[in-house]
Amino acid sequence: MTEQVPRWASETFWKKTAIWVTGGSFVLLVFLTFDSMKQISAGGPRVPAFSVINKDISYRFDKTKQRYQPVIGDEAPLFGKVLTEAEAEMLVDHGKKTVQAKNCMNCHTLLGNGAYYAPDLTKAWMDQGWGAKASREQMMVDFLLDPEKNARTYGSNRKMPNLDITQPEAEAIVAFLKWMSSIDTNGFPHNFRAIGEEDK
Amino acid sequence: MTLQAYQEKAAVCWAGCKQNYGVLMANPFLSGGQKLAVHYFTVAMVLFMAQLLFGLLAGLQFIFPSFLYEILDFNVNRMVHINAMVVWMLYGFIGSVYWFLEEESGVEIVGLKWGQLAFWVLTGAVTVVVLVYLLIQIGAGNDTSLWLINEGREYIEAPRWADIGIVVVMLTFFYNVAATFAKGKWSGIAGVLTLDLVALAGLYLAGMFYVTNISIDQYWWWWVIHLWVEATWEVLVGCIMAWSLMKLLGVRRQVVQTWLYIEVALMFGSGILGLGHHYFWIGTPEYWFTIGGFFSALEPIPLVAMVVHSIYDAGAHRFKNSNHPALAWVIAHAFGNFLGAGVWGFMHTLPQINLYTHGTQWSASHGHLAFFGAYATINIAFFYLAMQQARGNVWMGGDLANGWRWKTAAVLLNLGVLGMTVALLIAGYEQSFIERAVEGSTWAGYFSAQNHPWFMQAMVWRMVFGLMTAVGGGLLFWDLLTIGKGETRSAAVITNDAVTQEIA
Ligand code: HEM
Ligand code: HEM
Ligand SMILES: [Fe+2]
Repeated sequence: MTEQVPRWASETFWKKTAIWVTGGSFVLLVFLTFDSMKQISAGGPRVPAFSVINKDISYRFDKTKQRYQPVIGDEAPLFGKVLTEAEAEMLVDHGKKTVQAKNCMNCHTLLGNGAYYAPDLTKAWMDQGWGAKASREQMMVDFLLDPEKNARTYGSNRKMPNLDITQPEAEAIVAFLKWMSSIDTNGFPHNFRAIGEEDK
Repeated sequence: MTLQAYQEKAAVCWAGCKQNYGVLMANPFLSGGQKLAVHYFTVAMVLFMAQLLFGLLAGLQFIFPSFLYEILDFNVNRMVHINAMVVWMLYGFIGSVYWFLEEESGVEIVGLKWGQLAFWVLTGAVTVVVLVYLLIQIGAGNDTSLWLINEGREYIEAPRWADIGIVVVMLTFFYNVAATFAKGKWSGIAGVLTLDLVALAGLYLAGMFYVTNISIDQYWWWWVIHLWVEATWEVLVGCIMAWSLMKLLGVRRQVVQTWLYIEVALMFGSGILGLGHHYFWIGTPEYWFTIGGFFSALEPIPLVAMVVHSIYDAGAHRFKNSNHPALAWVIAHAFGNFLGAGVWGFMHTLPQINLYTHGTQWSASHGHLAFFGAYATINIAFFYLAMQQARGNVWMGGDLANGWRWKTAAVLLNLGVLGMTVALLIAGYEQSFIERAVEGSTWAGYFSAQNHPWFMQAMVWRMVFGLMTAVGGGLLFWDLLTIGKGETRSAAVITNDAVTQEIA
């Protein structure tokens, strides 16, 4: 057979196509990355500044958007201390480092990514399981310091191990969780009733 | 046993290893690059076994939460499970490339000595990292922990010092590939492979820095994870497949290379922007719904194309070949990639469904079938190709001595993973409905889904099929060590259009 390979089936045609498609997609991705970075840097339109931990943070259904979104409320300083932006960033940063060093992500999900052995932490700060807003901060710290004794396994017998978390680390983790709960995650998780929103 | 008895046993074992190693290094059927490849394959198989073991431990903890509690906690077992997987697959890929580098380029590997050194450095580093994971596990919340113990980011937990080591080793590997092709001859496969390796290594850098902002953290984290498995790894595997199809079935180079370019165009064209399916819920803007949904929905197309391509080739060459295990695993790869990545991926990739399935056992179901179907399979196929050559290019077609072994191993592994996938899928449906849709993702909702009988049953079935997988894995290892031993018939000579069997 001495067939004539049509142009659309030739090696060179597809080689060129591969190069252009790859290049084009990548350029678009870089462009979108610049825009996304602008929108998700702390203090931008979608990810609040770290000092948001000085405020009350909740989560409500938005009728026009038809999805849930975070709602930033009145002053509600964490552990009763109003922090400057720099202090808040330092605290959240310590929390984030602790979350990484303790390998939380291989049991929990954060923003829905990670492991599935323990609950999602995206909105852990405003989970109704903490009972009341007034006692929540202390409960969270106590839990992190001794998760075995303060275990709430909801009948699953799955207990978080003791991770040798110190008092400052525990407070920093709580700050990190509070800050993370303020991120606009496009309505994930859906249908989540935040603490203090029971009657709304 | 007494300590002395142990010592004697260890000495015997060590002597056996040394002897086998001597046999390998003296093997007249293998080139320098191929011997190096066998090094990589051996470690890959060991790590595969470790992956299965730690998967079993983690899976058991779902059923018995106090099992190994505060000794080897779930997060430790899971980290070792998935890290062993990523590393063994990379070892397999590197080995495969070293395997065909000399044949494809027509010259000897330029820096073989450096390649050998890099192998031992990498293997030493991997050993240290795993020991630290197991013995030290976690550190205080500071930079030192992230540099020395564990970075705490799924899949790329390796501490920073190891990241740097990995980059150096990858550069050595890349130098060997590029310089060897440059010295010998370039081909279509060579060109795609070299550029793909640049991208693959470059992407790793995107995962090598710390940021406080978790949205930015996960943005770049997905560059590594997604752009590896849904772009650069797929293309790397495409190169390996292209070469294997020529080797196994005698497909013409022009045909496989044209297909390779088509696959690159389709895979990169959908996979690069398909990255957006991980940017629905991490704080990133809403336009990712459209971009991520649309392009990731196209990702199955190249996977279908690959199935069509390999079936067509196999049919056109009437499946005639003298390495049945390798061909069987190549077929498993084509279907597994299509099912695990294409079908399972597509099912949860649109934001309208992902809102409920994101971060549930649904993801784990897809993760298992995709990694196994796409990447474990092709590596195993290559291991069989390698063993055939190492035994002196012997016949490994029909009526092979102890042929039940590779067949049983293949059935157990494929059925085992498929069974786990279905069990996890059921758990994922249940979790999406009960935790997410009904209970609104609170902690109480999470646990009511986890405690539900449907979920618990699924976890038991996962263990049943997990055990099946592990038995299959053990059998596979045994088979690889022994297959073709004592075989005297030589393999068929594969030519372009016809397959002729040489009478030995
Ligand atoms: C061989 C290729 C692939 C592999 C190895 C793979 C593997 C994985 C893994 C392991 C995860 C879970 C990540 C985590 O731990 O958070 C994941 C997530 C995901 N994959 Fe794939 N995947 C592949 C291809 C695809 C394709 C082709 C699609 C779509 C058509 C897809 C769609 C998704 C989606 C939507 C998620 C996010 C799940 C979630 O929201 O939790 N994947 N993939
Ligand atoms: C002995 C058989 C196996 C068992 C019992 C097992 C068990 C597990 C468990 C318990 C997890 C953690 C899931 C969670 O966070 O809830 C996991 C994760 C994972 N395993 Fe396996 N596994 C096995 C084999 C495999 C194989 C053969 C592969 C692929 C080649 C694989 C790939 C993965 C991946 C990619 C993840 C992460 C999934 C995600 O994050 O979505 N596993 N496995
Ligand atoms: Fe993806």
